[in-house]
Amino acid sequence: MFGKLTWSAIPFDQPIPLITSIVLILVILGVLALVTVRGWWGMLWREWITSVDHKRIGIMYGLLGVVMLVRGFADAVMMRSQQAFAVGAHRGYLAPEHYDQIFSAHGTIMIFFAAMPLVIGFMNFVTPLQLGVRDVAFPTLNSVSFWLTASGALLVNISLFVGEFARTGWLPYPPLSESAYSPGVGVDYYLWAIQISGIGTLMTGINFVTTVLKLRCPGMSYLRMPMFCWTTLASSLLIVAVFPILSATLAMLSLDRVFGWHYFTSDAGGNPMMFMNLIWAWGHPEVYILVLPAFGIFSEVFSTFSGKPLFGYRSMVAATLFICIVAMMTWLHHFFTMGSGPAVNTAFGISTSVIAVGTGVKIYNWIFTMYGGRVRMTVPMLWSLGFIFTFVIGGMTGVLLAVPPADFLVHNSMFLVAHFHNVIVGGVVFALFAGLDYWFPKAFGFRLHEGWGKAAFWLAFIGFWVTFVPLYWLGMLGMTRRLQHVWIPEWGPLLDWSLAGVAILVAGAAAQVIMLVVSIRQRDRRRDTTGDPWDGRSLEWATPSPPPFFNFAQLPDVEGEEAYWTIKLRALESQRLDPEPHYQAVEMPVNSAVGFFTAFFATVTGFSLIWHIWWLAGLGLLGAFVGFVFFAWRDVHEFHVPAEEVARADRARRAARTALLGERGAEAAAS
Amino acid sequence: MSGDALPAARETLRRRGEDPHRLGHRAHGREAVAGTGRGGSGPASKRIVVGYGFWIFLLSDVILFACFFATFAVQRDATAGGPTMRALVDMPRVAAETGALLLSSYACGLSYAAANARNKLWTQVLLVLTGLLGLAFVAMELQEFVGLAGRGIVPQRSGFLTAFFGLVGLHGLHVTLGGVWLATMVAQVQFKGFRPEIMHRLTCFNLFWHALDIVWIGIFSIVYLMGASA
Ligand code: HEM
Ligand SMILES: [Cu+2]
Repeated sequence: MFGKLTWSAIPFDQPIPLITSIVLILVILGVLALVTVRGWWGMLWREWITSVDHKRIGIMYGLLGVVMLVRGFADAVMMRSQQAFAVGAHRGYLAPEHYDQIFSAHGTIMIFFAAMPLVIGFMNFVTPLQLGVRDVAFPTLNSVSFWLTASGALLVNISLFVGEFARTGWLPYPPLSESAYSPGVGVDYYLWAIQISGIGTLMTGINFVTTVLKLRCPGMSYLRMPMFCWTTLASSLLIVAVFPILSATLAMLSLDRVFGWHYFTSDAGGNPMMFMNLIWAWGHPEVYILVLPAFGIFSEVFSTFSGKPLFGYRSMVAATLFICIVAMMTWLHHFFTMGSGPAVNTAFGISTSVIAVGTGVKIYNWIFTMYGGRVRMTVPMLWSLGFIFTFVIGGMTGVLLAVPPADFLVHNSMFLVAHFHNVIVGGVVFALFAGLDYWFPKAFGFRLHEGWGKAAFWLAFIGFWVTFVPLYWLGMLGMTRRLQHVWIPEWGPLLDWSLAGVAILVAGAAAQVIMLVVSIRQRDRRRDTTGDPWDGRSLEWATPSPPPFFNFAQLPDVEGEEAYWTIKLRALESQRLDPEPHYQAVEMPVNSAVGFFTAFFATVTGFSLIWHIWWLAGLGLLGAFVGFVFFAWRDVHEFHVPAEEVARADRARRAARTALLGERGAEAAAS
Repeated sequence: MSGDALPAARETLRRRGEDPHRLGHRAHGREAVAGTGRGGSGPASKRIVVGYGFWIFLLSDVILFACFFATFAVQRDATAGGPTMRALVDMPRVAAETGALLLSSYACGLSYAAANARNKLWTQVLLVLTGLLGLAFVAMELQEFVGLAGRGIVPQRSGFLTAFFGLVGLHGLHVTLGGVWLATMVAQVQFKGFRPEIMHRLTCFNLFWHALDIVWIGIFSIVYLMGASA
């Protein structure tokens, strides 16, 4: 009846997961109770859960990402403290099978459910605003994408309480991940969680390729798009190109595990190396899917806070597309040691090093953007400067690893762990915090606290280096990754340093939380009434903060690059806004619950496939199908916002803008 | 609001005189062509957006198939002492399957022409014909698989058979799901008529169905023809 699911799946005898799960369940129940008591359900359902507004969906992605970032960070703290304690005769507090689940969950959660949702969240929130349009190409599909991602995240977290998670790392290498060696449900949790969220990501990619290529406001030709839109495009193209590979690979592994097929088994003609090639043909582009939008965020920040157009815009576009293409030709550097031979290794070593050229172009462009500008040292700018320093070093250790003979020495060591954190934390995570501070006023209408923001930056920056320099060192000394216990006492002090770094990082995370709390409490004082708090250059700053759900009363007409900057300078020079447009009714897509229902059925189906409850899986699929037909049957797809409402919103915006022009402008507005 | 808002913008105006040629900052891009969604003439029409997005989806689906083709290429000879491709191929049956699928695609194209002429009867007749031919294809393929299984030729036997059943089965699964989609399209055309969004969906369905044909041509040549002659 319930497949492999029995009471023994609940970890009654393991205090750590049991207590964590109970606390988690209590927190969730508490939140649900609060929502019920306050009577927020109706509002939540109407304005968030069924929303197809790209800004709301972006914010929900952000929320999911932040929660998962905290979960992943908790795993990291556990791993670092275990390694610091379990040296020599000491055993630490985590059993090997538990430690293995933690590092697997940490990597999986950080990449798929923290970094990806946050990056996609920014793409959602920012891109349509910068393109000067009212929504993405497929708003309802967008909601489906989000909810599928949430469904995957839910499945991973259910594994904490029901059953177990994979012990095979964030990429389940066969033959270890085959049912012969991993008979439990851990790998199945991984497979179905990632399969479901991966489909959501693929649809996001399709959505944003179409949005950027087909939905731009009048005059927004390719070479007038802000850099962030270019990186959204490049990242989405990569998603479309490689996420199907992930789906295929995971499907093959599932077939092996469930039906005893032989794609990757070590017997009967299976081929584990095929898995390596397929998974990294997805996996390496994946890191660029994450980091290209991060580069986009930095480009916006550098240009805004230097008060200058982005230096070498065209070379920046070229470098982005160059990286986009070369990213797909380097995957083999992840397994130089697995016997491809010197010729193949050399080719991939060179292609990998070549990628650094594109990145180098970008670094110089950012530096020259600051050169000669009047640089404002705001919080986003601090993160961006910290990024340049950190990322250059991470990139250089990467180039070192790209040299096959050198890689043979440090492959799968702590050096590797330090390298990829150096680029992922220094590149992606710093960008996410920069973007958070930069676009927060746009999303919520008030600025974040500067002092706490700066404290958070310095703690994260210092904490990062204190954590990871010892790991580089340990890697050079020969410590391999994923060790639950360390035999060599001389490594102890370095592991302690690393743990101290994590303590600083915890303080940094606390500073972020305080920043949020303080800012929210002071929100009335911190209001951004102008819509342009940073003196920005692209079209999102032409809208009020937060923007109305239809973004623009009238689609802007772009005359050059830096669309909003041109408009602003003209207004400032003439001390007058462009004449008021003739307002017309606006057509917007209606809300839809299809995303939520699809995700619900996807979760049910995924869960039953993990536990081999076949009838329930069938039921789940049927439910999803019925949901789709129901959706297809709708008669109303759009609703009209009357011209008066549009006019009212836009006149308020114009009044705020006029006030911004300066004393003379304010007088004109008053008279 | 005081004069210290917009510091960078004011600064730029002040310094304009220093950079008369606006170096590194000239306007880019050619003039826009109206109505296409290209070159910055404003958002494209719904029809173009839907069709375009679906093309992108199809490209991703092609990559999915490419992975299964690649595994087939890698595992072709990994027979583990079991049957080879030669033992599997039943040419007349494969020819019949191919015929059914190609005719089905043809019928599908005709149904689209009928839909464009807003002829409901013929649209429906041809869509149903498309579906029946697709069903014939799936039925023949299933029969082939069952026959093979009867001779002990199953995916569990070897890496090669895994890759074979995976690739051909994935295509069969696509045709089956396409058939389910087709059934809902028939119902939609029947009850909703040729509304714009139904027409968009018909466009997408046509693209999908023809794409499956193209993939089948690949399977037919690479798996069956090359297998029979190997
Ligand atoms: C900044 C705080 C972080 C710390 C202290 C930390 C620490 C660690 C440690 C100790 C490991 C495992 C080492 C071992 O296997 O022995 C690890 C692995 C990993 N981390 Fe982090 N991490 C942090 C943040 C992140 C972030 C932000 C990401 C991604 C966005 C990330 C992605 C990964 C990945 C992909 C792995 C590999 C997992 C595997 O081996 O399968 N980490 N991290
Ligand atoms: Cu790589």
